[in-house]
Amino acid sequence: MAAEYKKKKRFFHRKQKQLNRSVAGNTLLFALMIVCGVFMILPLVMIVNNALKPLDELYQFPPKIFVRNPTLENFSDLFVLMNDSWVPFSRYIINTIIITGGGVVGHVICASLAAYPLAKHKFPFKDILFSMVVLSMMFSWTVTQIPQYLIISVLHLNNNYAALVLPAWSFGMGLYLMKQFMEQLPDSLMESAKLDGASEWQIFWKIVMPNVKPAWLTLAIFQFQQMWGNTGSLFLRDEQLKPLQFALQQITAGGVARAGAAAAVTFIIAAVPITFFLICQSNVLETMTTSGMKD
Amino acid sequence: MASQELNVKASGENGSDGISEETLKIIQKQGTLGYQIRKSKTSYFMLAPYFFLFFLFTVLPVVISVFFSFTDFNMLELPTFVGWRNYIKLFLEDDIFMISLKNTLIFAVVTGPISYMLCLLFAWIINEFKGVLRAVLTLVFYAPSICGNAYLVWNLILTGDRYGYLNGILLKLDLINEPKLWMQTEKYVMPVLIVVQLWLSLGTGFLSFIAGLQTVDKSLYEAAALDGVKNRWQELWYVTLPAMKPQLMFGAVMQITQSFAVADISINLAGNPSVNYSGATVVTHLLDYGSTRFEMGYASAIATVLFLLMVGSNKLVQKLLRRVGE
Repeated sequence: MAAEYKKKKRFFHRKQKQLNRSVAGNTLLFALMIVCGVFMILPLVMIVNNALKPLDELYQFPPKIFVRNPTLENFSDLFVLMNDSWVPFSRYIINTIIITGGGVVGHVICASLAAYPLAKHKFPFKDILFSMVVLSMMFSWTVTQIPQYLIISVLHLNNNYAALVLPAWSFGMGLYLMKQFMEQLPDSLMESAKLDGASEWQIFWKIVMPNVKPAWLTLAIFQFQQMWGNTGSLFLRDEQLKPLQFALQQITAGGVARAGAAAAVTFIIAAVPITFFLICQSNVLETMTTSGMKD
Repeated sequence: MASQELNVKASGENGSDGISEETLKIIQKQGTLGYQIRKSKTSYFMLAPYFFLFFLFTVLPVVISVFFSFTDFNMLELPTFVGWRNYIKLFLEDDIFMISLKNTLIFAVVTGPISYMLCLLFAWIINEFKGVLRAVLTLVFYAPSICGNAYLVWNLILTGDRYGYLNGILLKLDLINEPKLWMQTEKYVMPVLIVVQLWLSLGTGFLSFIAGLQTVDKSLYEAAALDGVKNRWQELWYVTLPAMKPQLMFGAVMQITQSFAVADISINLAGNPSVNYSGATVVTHLLDYGSTRFEMGYASAIATVLFLLMVGSNKLVQKLLRRVGE
């Protein structure tokens, strides 16, 4: 049975050699990528340079993009401010891990679990449920925020991590993304596992999920960005519950004197999701490489 | 429905005379809704956690919002029912809504399809590269979506004096004689916002296309080469695109939700309200009423109209996408 699973898992294998590719075409595309890439990477370049600029360069007018005398002063300023904070800074970090981690893991599991039957099973009300999810993404979030706040208050979830984490588990995009990828899996993959006596739950964990790894890694990136950017100020009142994002934005709100620390904050706020992005993205590629090598 | 189902069930258990009758009853039994629901128990268990939260935190708020759109609600007093008045005001009296609707449609028609094509194009090109280079390129092109300081960059570029980068370059090249106030001049606002929106377009759709390209069955390419596909463009149209139709559908829906909901770039670059409402979109208008004037009833009516607009264009786009690869 296990061998059968393995064989099926490798349904998608790596491209062995480059078919239909001309050198001229490759060069042209590479040139295009460089030209466009320069424009796209501007914000990243600016964040890194600003974080390394000493105060006088940050206030230079007209502003320059590149730093001339790089320094780590901004970061040491930031750490001093962090140590001064009323709530120990580690508390904010733990809060962020709970909120962001809980939001990402819970959403990926809930959405994938619901996406599997929607993609591969037949049952009553399936189409209605699915189109409700797709349509829900088209209703302006600004407006539904108020009823959502009322519901969370009625449930007494205010001032609780759950007020941020639980709604995040049911975002529409994740289910839609996962369903679209699962739909592509050939039915024979599941049927043969069923013949081997696997339950639906086993099929989901051992066959479906490994085969859509690129999808849930991508979803994790989206969800991470969403959760990481949340200051939680709408629902969380206690300082002890607030996430890192809130604490960092408080520091930048400190005005002119804190411009250096603020530049360091901008760097950290961007660096964390970028690190997460790179880890996930390189795994999207890795899945395919390793499964190809086992052939 | 329920009583009929019970009857069938009861007779199904007792009746044992004649095979044909028995079979008929089983078939009848299987045809009922109740039986199908019971048979799909596992499916429903899998759906349960997600949909419980979904109904609670998404469907219910949407229903309540639609209800609010028929009321006068200032978030302090209880809503009072006013019937269709918000909608009538929206279409007959609110001139700014008409401007914002026009701008939103321009965004949707211009940036929607172009953004979508750009996402697909760049995802496809990046897929041609291998290893570290590929991961780096993905980050480079996704940078505007992940950095969160996009407006800062554009504010620097578009600064209205001669120190703004755009003005600086144009002055140096003698293309203009004096610095232009880009975001304070009515005729420049929309074109500039469209350019920035396009620059920001490689987001959700882009990453999902990259993941989608990874899951295309590679043996299809070999088969296609044998069948006479000669270059990468033919391969794209006849093999890659049909194989990733589900992702194309997903990308289209995300594109619609983004291009109809343009607001942040307008507010951050042109302000809200912008000069003579030249950068107003439906969502900036909605935010104006919802978070500035606290007229939630009216804001909900705007949201409902926007929702219907998106649903309509989604229907249209899905129809078009079914023809990919034909």
